[in-house]
Amino acid sequence: MSQETKPKAPLSIEGAIILPYRYAAGGVMSRFLIALRDSKKTLGIRCSRCNMVYVPPRETCLHCFGRMDEWVELEGSGTVESYTVVRYSLPVHPMAAPFAFALIKLDGADTSLTHLLGEIDLEKIKVGMKVEPVYSESRKASILDISYFRPAN
Amino acid sequence: MGRRVAIVGIGQTLHKKRHIDRNHTELINEAARKALQDAEITIEDVDAVLNGNMDLFEGHNLMDAMTVEGSGAYMKPGLKMNTGGTTGGTMVASGWYHVASGKYDVVLIIGSEKLEESGGNTTSAIITCADPLTLRPYHTGAVGALAIVAASYMNQYRCGEEPGAIVRVKAAGNALKNPYSHLKLTLTVDDVLDSAILIWPLRLLHMCPQSSGACAIVLASEEKAKKMTKKPVWITDFVTSHMEAWRATFAPDPIPSMQSQTDSAIKLFKRNGITNPMKQVDMFEMYDPAAWAEIAWLEDFLICEKGEAWKLAEKGVTALDGAFPVNPSGGVQSTNPIGATAMIRVAEAALQIRGDAGGHQVTKNVNSALASSFGGANWTNLFLLKKNLD
Repeated sequence: MSQETKPKAPLSIEGAIILPYRYAAGGVMSRFLIALRDSKKTLGIRCSRCNMVYVPPRETCLHCFGRMDEWVELEGSGTVESYTVVRYSLPVHPMAAPFAFALIKLDGADTSLTHLLGEIDLEKIKVGMKVEPVYSESRKASILDISYFRPAN
Repeated sequence: MGRRVAIVGIGQTLHKKRHIDRNHTELINEAARKALQDAEITIEDVDAVLNGNMDLFEGHNLMDAMTVEGSGAYMKPGLKMNTGGTTGGTMVASGWYHVASGKYDVVLIIGSEKLEESGGNTTSAIITCADPLTLRPYHTGAVGALAIVAASYMNQYRCGEEPGAIVRVKAAGNALKNPYSHLKLTLTVDDVLDSAILIWPLRLLHMCPQSSGACAIVLASEEKAKKMTKKPVWITDFVTSHMEAWRATFAPDPIPSMQSQTDSAIKLFKRNGITNPMKQVDMFEMYDPAAWAEIAWLEDFLICEKGEAWKLAEKGVTALDGAFPVNPSGGVQSTNPIGATAMIRVAEAALQIRGDAGGHQVTKNVNSALASSFGGANWTNLFLLKKNLD
């Protein structure tokens, strides 16, 4: 290869594709989100065969493939099962860093809800600590209608 | 050749523009439940679950993981497949491998698409499989490629615009009788010829829709199938053919033919002693993304002589009550949930063989049927289904 055609550096080509998605929540998740928005209520769904309460709810039980339609209303408070502290900010983050994501098992649920911890000393988060929801003032039928969970009194 | 494999259960959702009341997992679940119910089995009887879907259309990476409780795949073996438009056919082939190999006896395959979730902007997703460095066209967007098919066919045989419209009117009439079809249009030839031009001579009404829907099939080994149902439909044989995408067009023939379709027909017919397909096979559910594709591709698939296909619909040969019905379901022209589309061809052909197609059951007795898949960078699956074991 002659000197003239030898590239100085490998190149890359910019892509230009942006796809805005919009997802159907489905009947079960719609009911969950509407209850959150309109009544600040957290709903779970029970599989009576497996005696499991799913939060967020799903239509089909993971374990027995049964259709679920038994709704249960939860208090909304729960227990931190695990957590991680985020120490850098990204545009997609729901809070400015530093903040904490947590898996929270709501009282009466058998699954964990992924959510945020707030009004909390990040150095004092403990697995097993009791937390309660703080609802957003302007609720939009989103999982972020709960702004975050804070330590329960 | 492996163990013999039968279709023993079939389920579909209604296909439509938007399923706003059901999310992707729930849509998959509906088709899966219907197929299990049709096979009179439960999810416990299923050894493996395979999913097919065009990931980018919903933006679900690893959609098989995201939808696992809906598909029933939890803790079962399986795969997720995406081969473009052929996805549903690839899944039937893969399901066949799973059973024919002897590894599994009963396999559930599910093809699905919620095209509305990318805002109908699916062409953007499809174009990502073109070469970004050279912009070398892979014919990954359908309209341009199918316009070339239509223009070339018209130019070669001087048949005018009408044959494409006649085929579209036939498809619309069949779709009106199919409870699962998406577009339910009462059309006349003039309606089609007056519809907007996309790329001449391809018009809006020639082209398939973008649909939301799911299809599921239960496949079983010979031993299980005979115990499970009185009406197994046997996957007698199939061929998968990949056309070299580098050619960039549908090949430089007078009519730009899909060589992968011809190649698959040559191989399938030779292996199965078929010398006159219109006499030896009873019908064809073809992957027909546009009305003109049904015409040109009947010739690609060697169903009739070159230059003869445009006359078939007008003569009624390919109608529900014709000698060789083509797309009695209304075809892809009427229904196109992409990850499911090619599987629907197989499912519909099997329903015709069972005699269970209902309102769009063809008049003649169906003992054998062809079903094809088209898509991706020019791939073909061609299936031969039969009522009886050879």
